[in-house]
Amino acid sequence: MSGFLALLGREVRLALRHKADTLAAVMFFVLVCALFPFGVGPAPELLARIAPGALLAAALLAALLPLDRLFGADAEDGTLDQLLLSGLPRGVIAAAKALGHWITTGLPLIAASPVAAALLNLPVEAWGAAVAALALATALLSLLGTVGAALTLGARRGGVLLPLLVLPLAIPAVIFGAAAIEAAASGLSPAPFLLLLGAGLALAAPLAPVAAGAALTAE
Amino acid sequence: MLEARDLACLRGERAVFAGLSFGLPAGAALLLTGANGAGKSTLLRILAGLLPPAEGAVLWRGEDVGAEPSAHAARLRYVSHQDALKPALTVAENLALFARLWGGAVMPALEALALAPLADLPARVLSAGQRRRLALARLVLAPVPLWLLDEPTTGLDAASVERLGPILADHRARGGIVVAATHLPLPLPDARELRL
Repeated sequence: MSGFLALLGREVRLALRHKADTLAAVMFFVLVCALFPFGVGPAPELLARIAPGALLAAALLAALLPLDRLFGADAEDGTLDQLLLSGLPRGVIAAAKALGHWITTGLPLIAASPVAAALLNLPVEAWGAAVAALALATALLSLLGTVGAALTLGARRGGVLLPLLVLPLAIPAVIFGAAAIEAAASGLSPAPFLLLLGAGLALAAPLAPVAAGAALTAE
Repeated sequence: MLEARDLACLRGERAVFAGLSFGLPAGAALLLTGANGAGKSTLLRILAGLLPPAEGAVLWRGEDVGAEPSAHAARLRYVSHQDALKPALTVAENLALFARLWGGAVMPALEALALAPLADLPARVLSAGQRRRLALARLVLAPVPLWLLDEPTTGLDAASVERLGPILADHRARGGIVVAATHLPLPLPDARELRL
């Protein structure tokens, strides 16, 4: 456990020193959401209708941005060898990386979600559901993305391969996340959809680090 | 204690080395020499358990290390040709992660490599030799029986190489084994040499 926390602490500290990386993902998220009103034109009702799906898709794409460096940076500077020889189980290394990715990318995206929701003309009643849906969906993406990052480590053009592997697996997160926000926007309870999303997260949380750890090898 | 039995390594179809066997008792040192591409770094990675050998086995006290990789990892330190430093973290923070994983104290390890005055500087501003010394400081954190060093003195000035002498001697006096790949003279008296 102390090894997990040591590794997680280092991830967060590194992200705090490289603030531009986190900021880039957040700016990407807000800018993609800002493009929709221009594309849709002067139709606020239509914009509000596509808002849930657009919000989810933009957030997941933004969360993908730093994933190819998740293990890549450590592999290049030799840190990965040291981690693999550190005595920590590989699954624990992967779990720390996944949680680190969520804290340094997912949380800032959630914090920016009211801005994005406003740009997309999402009714204020649904903002709470949007925060909850994004929290669960980005956590799921961090877990799936860690598996993808471990699998594509060392592959040529891994940066292209990674979204191709991860995004299809993230489709359920988009479906249930958007459904939760839409339910809240039309005055219904978002709880059933959020619970389904939570079930997906509960499934991925123990399995994904094990899979990522098994894929993690020295080159 | 450490034994290599009939090790072979393939790169593509070509054998880099084959039929390599040696045994090292406690306190021994082995220098790996040979031309670039002779497989020195690869042999160190095989001894570390990071790469499986194409043939043969690495044994520790007679047991194949491949059977229990995590037990083998816990008994060795590997200083690769990369320094494994994060430029954005300070010198002390870089070492602190490994101190938390392995035990040991940061400041004495930095003092052993004469890095203590630089402890609060970001690793980004270090010279190549200072970065190398910080990588070597990981060796001093907590004692383990096997050190695998890949060109440990690259970029070091004469005073730093000299400072490495007593550190290596202490390790061997405790019964530790050193396997080092090098082109440069190392302060390792009575080391066996293996030319690849």
